Amino acid sequence: MSADAHGTTLGLDHRKLAMWTFLGSEFLFFGAFISAYLLYLDATGSGPGVEIFDIPFTSISSFVLLMSSLTMVLAHHAHTQGDMRRMRLWILATAGQGMVFLGGQVFEFTVFYREGLNLTQSPFASSFFVLTGFHGLHVFLGILMLLGLYALSVTGKVKPGQHVKTEMIGLYWHFVDIIWVVIFTVVYLIPDLAMEAAA
Amino acid sequence: MSATETTPEPTASAPAHHGPSPREYVQIALALAVLTALEISTYVVDFGPLAIPMLIGLMTIKFVMVANFFMHLKFDNAMYSRMLYGGLGLAISLYAVTLTVMLFASAPAL
Repeated sequence: MSADAHGTTLGLDHRKLAMWTFLGSEFLFFGAFISAYLLYLDATGSGPGVEIFDIPFTSISSFVLLMSSLTMVLAHHAHTQGDMRRMRLWILATAGQGMVFLGGQVFEFTVFYREGLNLTQSPFASSFFVLTGFHGLHVFLGILMLLGLYALSVTGKVKPGQHVKTEMIGLYWHFVDIIWVVIFTVVYLIPDLAMEAAA
Repeated sequence: MSATETTPEPTASAPAHHGPSPREYVQIALALAVLTALEISTYVVDFGPLAIPMLIGLMTIKFVMVANFFMHLKFDNAMYSRMLYGGLGLAISLYAVTLTVMLFASAPAL
């Protein structure tokens, strides 16, 4: 396929333009859930509120997700250099870190459930689980894409010259990371600080 | 001008990487790690009224660093930045108005 087959009248690759448009629209998606969470922060009913958060534990999983952006960008860099072996190694490292993050989220949800915080317990609980659950779903889809890219690369269906494919998955992965940067601060750290200040 | 100005699909022998080197990526990740450590420090150190503005500032810096360097916005066509920050600006405006309206709606009557 020629390079021009992916062009637009803007002179841009239409796949990248579509991905950036999609990512821009995702702010509206996550913004709705973050707004609902902020609105229902105090609507805990008789159940637990933000005091249930385990900030040190969430900090570790946040750090793991942040570092997965490094391995992702290194995978893309290796692909641009035509080093497919190293690209696959970094892709696996990125997927592995994503799995660690997801495992941490499953553990966190399990602990919260045992402590009395479930999806239908209060508006606070619903907004928290929907927001972080949808983010987790994005991470899960990202892992599937990374593993798909790995498999296609091993079977030779993604070639050294096709680094835009790695770049596209990388853009999605970095976006999932920056959304978590926002969630970690707005959902976990600031409400925790505000609760301590009010106490 | 090529139709794929910023992301041509070159031949295998013509790398098309633009942006930092792997060493620089590691340095950026280290800077992000330090910023994250600063964020977490607000959990154990009392920064008083500065804590929340500091957290928002650190969050913004981390956001821009990932977008600029890892997502290559700094080195790529400005149209991509417009798509991302346009969506972000629209979301912030929309939900700021929504939250304000909801807060007024739930406020006790005078």
